[in-house]
Amino acid sequence: MAQSVVKEFTKGLWAEIPPFRLVLGLCPILAVTKSVENAVGMGLASAFVFVFSNLLVSMLRNIIPSKVRIAGYIIIIATFVTVVELVMQAYTYPLFLKLGIFIPLIVVNCIALGRAEAFACKNPPLASVADGLGMGIGYTLSLCVVGALRESLGNGTLMGHAVFGPDFQPFRFMLEAPGAFVCLGLVLCIMNLIGKK
Amino acid sequence: MGDYIVLAISCILINNILLAQFLGNCPFLGTSKKMETATGMGMAVVFVIVLAGIITWITERYLLKPLDIEFLRTLSFILIVASLVQFVEMFLKKSIPALYTGLGIFLPLITTNCAVLGVCLINIKEEYTFFEMLVSSFSYSVGYGFALVLFAGIRERIILARVPKSLQDTSIGLVTAGMIAICFFAFKGMV
Repeated sequence: MAQSVVKEFTKGLWAEIPPFRLVLGLCPILAVTKSVENAVGMGLASAFVFVFSNLLVSMLRNIIPSKVRIAGYIIIIATFVTVVELVMQAYTYPLFLKLGIFIPLIVVNCIALGRAEAFACKNPPLASVADGLGMGIGYTLSLCVVGALRESLGNGTLMGHAVFGPDFQPFRFMLEAPGAFVCLGLVLCIMNLIGKK
Repeated sequence: MGDYIVLAISCILINNILLAQFLGNCPFLGTSKKMETATGMGMAVVFVIVLAGIITWITERYLLKPLDIEFLRTLSFILIVASLVQFVEMFLKKSIPALYTGLGIFLPLITTNCAVLGVCLINIKEEYTFFEMLVSSFSYSVGYGFALVLFAGIRERIILARVPKSLQDTSIGLVTAGMIAICFFAFKGMV
């Protein structure tokens, strides 16, 4: 039992790390990774939603009729997203403003719905929480990697501190929209290279 | 009138929902391997976004705001989008079968297309009037379809090219999207 829970947790960190291995939830990773700070905020907010929606879906898995299950999952997810929205508005208002509409859009993040449908509706609560936590942390890590790349190359800083010294010419392309696509594409390519060995 | 045209151009080209605002990327990469699927998806998106835009705007204006329950916005909007998509699907199946066969398979996918919810939320955030909302919903979704079709055209050619193994599929798709985004970037100085 304990072993399988650990397995569910760790698969989100490498073997099925979203969004690189499961190509889901691409929008936030392109949009909010201009800096590591935003990436962490977005990742943690999503992780919270994944964990709790997985928990609730798993607890209710025998009660929700299968015909209306998708609608049920969406309501559960939307409830937790509203919680995150209100909490962030209250405690981290500047970050909330920066992330903008991407906080409410966690509702349609395919990872949340995908995990509910593919995992939580078939497994007991503990395993589902482990799965949600693994996916959430994996997602946060991916967001941070892309965020770190874009922030360091595009702005020459990391978490607001200069990293390359005064002579560095910022590669502004990385901070703009096209840079996001290219950067994510190349990270995906590197993941494929490593994964093949 | 001039304002509406400026708004339309800025929504289609400058703030293109896919390439500048990053909304709706999952179906963008998923359904853009063939021209036909891309066209079908594009049309379904236009249809649903305009309808959802109208309904959510009315809900916000006449229900959420007067009752002061705006914190329920996310919850109510996603429910509206989900049930609207279901309803449209049933309606088309019964009354316009020809259109249904064209759009049918894409409709269920649209519920989790963040472009739909995104446009509805942008309309509210920018505090558009009813007509501005109509123009923006329509132009955003046309911009989405436009980018999708452009991208599908390029992707059909990429299949014929010899791409390094680790760059294949999604990876090269993203890099291509980046290139198209550069082209759209050029419109930035227009308005």
